[in-house]
Amino acid sequence: MKLKLHVWRQSGPHAKGHIEEHLLDNVSPHSSFLEMMDQLNEELQSKGKEPVAFDSDCREGICGSCSMVINGRPHGPWKGTTTCQLHMRAFKDGDEIWIEPFRAKAFPVVKDLVVDRGAFDRIVQAGGYITVRTGSAPEANLTPIPKSDADTAFDAAACIGCGACVAVCKNASATLFLSAKVSHLAHVPQGEPERMKRVKSMVAQMDAETFGACTNTGDCTQVCPKEIGQNHINTLNREYLRAISFDNSNASANTGSAG
Amino acid sequence: MKLDSKAPVGPLEEKWTSYKRDMKLVSPANKRKYKIIVVGTGLAGAAAAATLGELGYQVFAFTFHDSARRAHSIAAQGGINASKNYQNDGDSVYRLFYDTIKGGDFRAREANVYRLAEVSNSIIDQCVAQGVPFARDYGGLLTNRSFGGAQVSRTFYARGQTGQQLLLGAYSALSKVVASGAVKLITRSEMLDVVVDEGHCKGIVTRNLVSGKIETFAADAVLLCTGGYGNVFYLSTNAKNSNVTAAWRAYKRGAAFANPCYTQIHPTCIPVHGEYQSKLTLMSESLRNDGRVWVPKTAGDKRNPSEIPDGERDYFLERKYPSFGNLAPRDISSRSAKEACDAGLGVGPGGLGVYLDFRDSMNRLGRDTISSRYDNLFQMYERITGENPYDVPMRIYPAVHYTMGGLWVDYNLETTIPGLFCLGEANFSDHGANRLGASALMQGLADGYFVIPNTLAQYLVKVKPGAAKTDSPAFKGALEDVNASVRRLLSINGKRTVDSFHRELGKIVWDKCGMARNASGLKFAIEQIASMKEEFQSNLRILGTADDFNTSLEKAGRVADFFELADLMCRDALTREESCGGHFREEHQTADGEAKRDDEDFCHVAAWEYQGPDKTPVRNVEPLAFETVHLATRSYK
Repeated sequence: MKLKLHVWRQSGPHAKGHIEEHLLDNVSPHSSFLEMMDQLNEELQSKGKEPVAFDSDCREGICGSCSMVINGRPHGPWKGTTTCQLHMRAFKDGDEIWIEPFRAKAFPVVKDLVVDRGAFDRIVQAGGYITVRTGSAPEANLTPIPKSDADTAFDAAACIGCGACVAVCKNASATLFLSAKVSHLAHVPQGEPERMKRVKSMVAQMDAETFGACTNTGDCTQVCPKEIGQNHINTLNREYLRAISFDNSNASANTGSAG
Repeated sequence: MKLDSKAPVGPLEEKWTSYKRDMKLVSPANKRKYKIIVVGTGLAGAAAAATLGELGYQVFAFTFHDSARRAHSIAAQGGINASKNYQNDGDSVYRLFYDTIKGGDFRAREANVYRLAEVSNSIIDQCVAQGVPFARDYGGLLTNRSFGGAQVSRTFYARGQTGQQLLLGAYSALSKVVASGAVKLITRSEMLDVVVDEGHCKGIVTRNLVSGKIETFAADAVLLCTGGYGNVFYLSTNAKNSNVTAAWRAYKRGAAFANPCYTQIHPTCIPVHGEYQSKLTLMSESLRNDGRVWVPKTAGDKRNPSEIPDGERDYFLERKYPSFGNLAPRDISSRSAKEACDAGLGVGPGGLGVYLDFRDSMNRLGRDTISSRYDNLFQMYERITGENPYDVPMRIYPAVHYTMGGLWVDYNLETTIPGLFCLGEANFSDHGANRLGASALMQGLADGYFVIPNTLAQYLVKVKPGAAKTDSPAFKGALEDVNASVRRLLSINGKRTVDSFHRELGKIVWDKCGMARNASGLKFAIEQIASMKEEFQSNLRILGTADDFNTSLEKAGRVADFFELADLMCRDALTREESCGGHFREEHQTADGEAKRDDEDFCHVAAWEYQGPDKTPVRNVEPLAFETVHLATRSYK
């Protein structure tokens, strides 16, 4: 196949970026999208031009490294598929492809198509865990977990932290990402003790990272490569309301007893 | 070089218990005085950093990824073994130990493997407490599946994403201690050297992958948890950035490298489909629970697989290994597939493939059951190949997956450089010449959560905390060496790209030091690698600069190390004049083509000692004493 590529180039976080045009010939429809990018980079280098920087590691859709907005859609046209698993069969000879980084204020560009998604880590550090010291765990089968809860927890836990949800959102909201972790831990009994503290602290961190608000449009669930559903956002909202109202009722109870 | 395993004396079952009874402890007040560097945040690294941070040490965790959650452990699909015996099918710590020793073709150290089996159950408890959503049955209890090389069902799993869930568990534990300040996490930072001062490892040299800055960090001990070296083959199931650099640079500073020729070729991967291919994708071994492996009986049979009747199919694993069938260990299954393809019976483009067929299990269990077990794998297969495995059998072929060799460590997981420890796939210790499925996750977490927190203290009690300073001559020298090697790579200014060299290197290693090896091929490879390396050093071209985000520069440093490692792998394979596990020397096989071990001369670990650039390394030997297990010919028939 012969393709016309429009690729975002940006030398650093503070540099001004631009779209660069490249013609690429002899692309196999069996190659993956990133293999096509490898081919472009080999050609660029043979012409003495710096290759396009992009994040990529496992190339099997699980590490969450790869990003790229392809023709306006994070991870490109295939549903439930990361950029690395997208194959060139999705395109046809003569196609033009626009390739841009995941854009959000909270994801500053590092170089070209590479962005800094450290904000996600900081959201997890704010409470996306169960406190259990190594060695202090009880026997694993002591606490049965209904299969349906375990399955829902898994569905949420499948999030790969790629950031497509943020990139597609008109508000650059991280709500789907956050909801996946909150919902995962809310569906296992081990998550119970820290349940309210967790959700409040993670939401506060998300706001501090300059992600926008959620308006339940649902675009995030459409581009999520792991197809994390909007039901997890519902869970997040419930968990958050519960935590907040618990605080309020506690506060009034305290006032009451003080009076 | 003296190789003292430091395995405790006494009966096998009591070694770890007596070790813990007699071991020294660092008091809580003193723990915070010690700085520990952990390189890598996969299962071993994240588990170690989290646990040591909880214990009160000052921990510095490094990863070259943008986030600790991206380490390649995340891609492990099938599961994690533990001897819980929840299935009541006769499992025990001893049986898990024995299966692992036998699976490794009797080339691992008994004491280490027994300890691994012993702590396996605590790992499951720990992970469940972290919220890892393992598969459960309708009663809400944990369920298991079977894996190769075992006749019990002891593998815990989370659909086909067990590694992801375990790593996210370890990552969440790490995130907690990062938030509390106990661990400082340094991302996008690649370790390029270890600093050895007066015989002890005292720190590391790193390159900040965003700014390009070369930096030094001092500590009282360094833990390398940096994974395996399968990418020496270029095409492997490893992630693109997985590399040998941390382990290799440690080797060049005096850490012995053990059994580099023990590499695992996984039988069930999606076949290579073109020259542009950048990596290979594994289809989990768990598929062999329900999939049957076959080729047509007649060479050149081009019929659609559904048109080939049972009588004209050769279910070769079931035929050759009736008691384990499709769940024969990886090395054996891989070689059988290669044999079939070498005999012209292979299927698909180029004849390098065999069928993995779910027809019978779908008829028996229904399509829905198969879908609930493997749907994410089936989807992945379809995305890559464009074929739907519910309708046509999968085509699979062996591919490089794991490396059993690695830095030599003793029972404390300490390398031959005092103060330098090595955990997980990066060390050599537990899998002998072949690793059983679902044992890598077990080892990474065992080392990180349950072994190193105990064994590290035995070293720390002997050293004064905070003695190392980054302004010492050793640090300055190492910093200068790294700076010089980066400058050297950039100054070559030749014509070829890093990837083109890596691809060429990978091909020769795969051809001559892959699934089958022989003396003349290995000698040829050693010569070829040397001349390729020469061209690499004179004709490489890296664009961009050293003080910038520069992926080609990162790759060049790694490929330079792969050239040297490839040479050592071939030397190791050449000197090991026997076949064992994943190391199959064509000269040493039984009449029916099985691996023929030589326990008389090779029941030992080969630990290579660096002698300087372009000097032949020295092969040291750690004899393997089997006190409990009777050395037997491995049979899965």
